[in-house]
Amino acid sequence: MPVFALVDCNNFYASCEKLFDPTLKDKPVVVLSNNDGCVVARSAEVKALGIPMGVPWFKIQQEAKRYGIVAFSSNYALYADMSNRVVEILSSYSPNIEVYSIDESFLELSGFERVGFQEYGQTIRQQIADWLGLAVCVGVGPTKTLAKLANHCAKKLLAGDQGVCDFTTLAPEQVSQLFDRIEVGEVWGVGRKITAKLEAMGIHTVRQLRDTDAETLRSRFSVVLERTVRELRGVSCLDLQEVVPEKQQIMSSRSFGRLVYDREDLEEAVASYVSRAAEKLRNQDSLAGAIQVYIRTNIFKPEVPQYQRSMTIPLPEASADTRILVGWAIKVLRRIYRPGYGYHKAGITLLEIVPKANQQFSLLVPSEMENGRNERLMATLDAINGRYGRGSLRLAAEGVAKEWQMRRGNLSPRYTTEWGGVARVLAG
Amino acid sequence: MPELSLDLAAAAGLFVPLLHAPRLPLPIDEVRVSAGFPSPAADYEDKQLDINEYLVRNPVSTFFFSVEGDSMQGSEIFDGDILVVDKSIRPRHGQIVIAFVDGQRLVKRLYQRAGRVALLAENPAYPPLEIREGMELVVWGVVTGKFKHFGA
Repeated sequence: MPVFALVDCNNFYASCEKLFDPTLKDKPVVVLSNNDGCVVARSAEVKALGIPMGVPWFKIQQEAKRYGIVAFSSNYALYADMSNRVVEILSSYSPNIEVYSIDESFLELSGFERVGFQEYGQTIRQQIADWLGLAVCVGVGPTKTLAKLANHCAKKLLAGDQGVCDFTTLAPEQVSQLFDRIEVGEVWGVGRKITAKLEAMGIHTVRQLRDTDAETLRSRFSVVLERTVRELRGVSCLDLQEVVPEKQQIMSSRSFGRLVYDREDLEEAVASYVSRAAEKLRNQDSLAGAIQVYIRTNIFKPEVPQYQRSMTIPLPEASADTRILVGWAIKVLRRIYRPGYGYHKAGITLLEIVPKANQQFSLLVPSEMENGRNERLMATLDAINGRYGRGSLRLAAEGVAKEWQMRRGNLSPRYTTEWGGVARVLAG
Repeated sequence: MPELSLDLAAAAGLFVPLLHAPRLPLPIDEVRVSAGFPSPAADYEDKQLDINEYLVRNPVSTFFFSVEGDSMQGSEIFDGDILVVDKSIRPRHGQIVIAFVDGQRLVKRLYQRAGRVALLAENPAYPPLEIREGMELVVWGVVTGKFKHFGA
């Protein structure tokens, strides 16, 4: 019988912020989405205040003032680095791991029964706390769906002990009693729409869902929900998705902090997206064979004139050279740009990505020697940006002021990924 | 050109704290091979020093902090130094640590003997910071090394 564990970081983004900043201890902390729009992460203190996930920041200004809520813009560089460290630790606990999201991973623990999952989970928890200062919860079950539900129980203190909940040791009647107390919407894969439909059918709890005839659910919903129910019964239907394929496309897009009208501003934005993507491309030793550019107005404001357009062009030769890629991207942009619209978002995608080793030289492009020189130039660019911070050295096309850049009012330093962001300690 | 690529290796290896930072090849013995008797050093060509390996024992749990102030100069920790901090090491009496006290990030020597807990400076101009009841002390991590770039 397979056994899965789901390890989930508690209040991950907010915990990363608190980790490096001692002034945030016991303070309510929220992290906001792109453009500082909505609350996407909450510390325990904020959850206790009853502030919901996803609420627009401007709507909770009064509470923020009254309770002294500290808001941060999303510091993805920091969260990604801490997430990688967590995964690195988890990898030493199981050869089979699926990184499900930035703060959740599934581990396959089949064969580790002897250790005792409660104890094993406790060890994982302790190591991540000691090494990284982050709290995690561990849920263990015979299926991924049950592991996720066990994790929920551990987090909400419904079952388990000290942040670890192991369903495999519970008696069937204990499980049933537990499932009586959990709402059906907490089940992995049961979203808001399905929840509403289930409740209309009189299915409110996890136990009711589990005990509903699977065929009925299949005919009323989909094979997906049927599979979920089988998983709730302990029949493992979902395997780990371990393999991370080399990225076949690299995207970079953002919403702007304000509407952008000028072509020049759009060009700067597109150039800087291309340079980010090209850096990733070079990191995985690949070349892109095509590039797509898209721009659009704010589709959430139907009252203003709407326009959106995307265009893909194949490159004469696959490349990872920022200058070449930016050049083509801007050519495409000029083709699709229409004046008179307020643009809300732009993005680029590098496509037809191939390993550099497979590079095919075209007759029309510069010699191999020239290529070697370009490669060194790009390596220099990456090294300098790695050392002095992203964007320190960039093409003039990317612009200097970055008028269009998204709003990030209170971004914490990149404590772990940029020398300029390293936290200062007082020797005083 | 060779100088340039060497410089790049230095930049990539020395200053980027990636978990899997590239090994920094320091060509300490670029052996010139001459015809005739084989160089006795030839067998050692694969030995390269890695500054990451020297300073960072456990990359997953290692973090960097920069120093502000002169209270630790007795331990050769100076203003502007970058400290290597390994969070996986259990802090013990006598170690240099990063400590969070009353909303401040401090670097001090941890004193923990006979019921007395204090954070000591390494500069006579600074008195020890006694941790009394009601004060909150978080020992964040243990300082295992330091480095500095002279900007030359």
